[in-house]
Amino acid sequence: MEKFDVIVVGAGPAGLTAALLLAQAGLNVVVFERGDFPGSKNVMGGVLYSWPTKELLPDFAREAPLERHIIEQRMWIMSAESAFSVAHRNMAFDREPRDFHTVLRSRFDKWMGQKVRAAGALIVPETLVETVLRKNGQVVGVRVGRAEGEVHADVVIAADGVNSVLAREAGLRGAFRPEHLATAVKEIIALPATAIESRFGVTGGQGVTIEMFGAATMGMVGTGFIYTNRESVSIGVGATIRDLNDFGVNPNDLLEHLKAHPLVAPLIEGGETREYMAHLIPEGGLRAMPKLSTGGMLVAGDAAMMVNSLHRQGANLAMRSGQLAARAVLRAKAQGDFSARGLAYYDRLVRDSAIYKDLHKYRGMARFFERHHEFFSLYPDLLNHAAAEVLTPSPVSQRRKQRGIFAEARRRRSLWRMAKDFFGAWRSIA
Amino acid sequence: MKKLSLEEKLFLDSFRPDRESHLVIKDPRVCLEKCTAKWCTFTCPVRTYRWDVDHITVFYEGCVECGTCPVSCEFGNIEWRYPRGGFGVTFKYG
Repeated sequence: MEKFDVIVVGAGPAGLTAALLLAQAGLNVVVFERGDFPGSKNVMGGVLYSWPTKELLPDFAREAPLERHIIEQRMWIMSAESAFSVAHRNMAFDREPRDFHTVLRSRFDKWMGQKVRAAGALIVPETLVETVLRKNGQVVGVRVGRAEGEVHADVVIAADGVNSVLAREAGLRGAFRPEHLATAVKEIIALPATAIESRFGVTGGQGVTIEMFGAATMGMVGTGFIYTNRESVSIGVGATIRDLNDFGVNPNDLLEHLKAHPLVAPLIEGGETREYMAHLIPEGGLRAMPKLSTGGMLVAGDAAMMVNSLHRQGANLAMRSGQLAARAVLRAKAQGDFSARGLAYYDRLVRDSAIYKDLHKYRGMARFFERHHEFFSLYPDLLNHAAAEVLTPSPVSQRRKQRGIFAEARRRRSLWRMAKDFFGAWRSIA
Repeated sequence: MKKLSLEEKLFLDSFRPDRESHLVIKDPRVCLEKCTAKWCTFTCPVRTYRWDVDHITVFYEGCVECGTCPVSCEFGNIEWRYPRGGFGVTFKYG
């Protein structure tokens, strides 16, 4: 019977980070990955933040398969044939060291897997972890889908992604709620670099991100996005499973709807789809977070629902939680205590981190927007209507136009309700 | 750009399907007798589930392993797991 110091389940950003640090510290680490190679099952929108990546992999900017460095981030609040756009372009983002890059998860994680192997961890692909093994209540290993599949370790790090089978099997989480998860779909659309550069107004390796609200999701709680890669764009859209149910929308139809939007279509015109994928995004925030540790086991990354959707952060929080998990394991090893009490140190590390503090700040957001769909349809429409009115010269004076805009808004929602909506929205993120 | 059908898009992905489905309808009578909405037939991004006169047919071969279906089903009637190691979808880009 094989025994390791640490079993990491899942070769994604959280698992690979923990495995890298623990192998570097000299521990005997095995990583089980159900896909053919690290990254082969992994999907994200596409922005990799340099923090905390550079803490783990100081040479990543030179060595890793990166796509474009982002110099401009746009937000579109969309109506049927218009958008109210806010953008931040900053040439400081163009200078090294750069803070934002687009990546293709499958390629990046494959590269990171090589780093983890070089550090001395054993990565075992094509191996599904089925459940945890327990002894006297303590997790003592896992059972994998292979002959003689019992593998033991002092501690198991469940980094098995949003659907975390391990967190469920270990009793750390209950059933999912459809409002706590968003289904996102994405296409990689190949385009020549010259087309991308002229359409997005960039040169060389520069890139742009666009986050899209309102008509992008047909009024459902969710967002759409376009991220530029070297010779492709990633275009995707997601909405909560509750809204997909209630609105009766198929995610692929939603994506086609977005691709056909008159502001989006010209950006992808002439492109060729290379891949279509889907992934769940944990949107429930702190309220959906499972218990983070138990005797012999820690939960990290998406498996622990660590996604800050307002700030588009997930993979970096996964890496951060992988760092914290590694730190907690090293301490438990030094003290010879892998019990629930010994590993509760991880919970403390997470609570003291920005991951938890930010999720705590936005803890009411998911529930608020789930009950306030007007932010995804009525208000984007009103905003676009107001912008068009104000910008279009006509015999009507600006004062009368403004009165008309307010009258239109009040016709569709009372002043009192509007005040309540915006106060509530502000409260949920303040 | 040219619009691709869902089937055409799935041809672009690489799959190694197992012999048996990793997705199972627990009790087909629930679909027939209790479920009117049949959410699984449209919330699945690759339309794995199709209503076939009196039962759901599961086209698991094109599953991209997202996890939407068991959460979408209001009766909790889908037994969901990942395909065995080495089977299922492989993303080139991700």
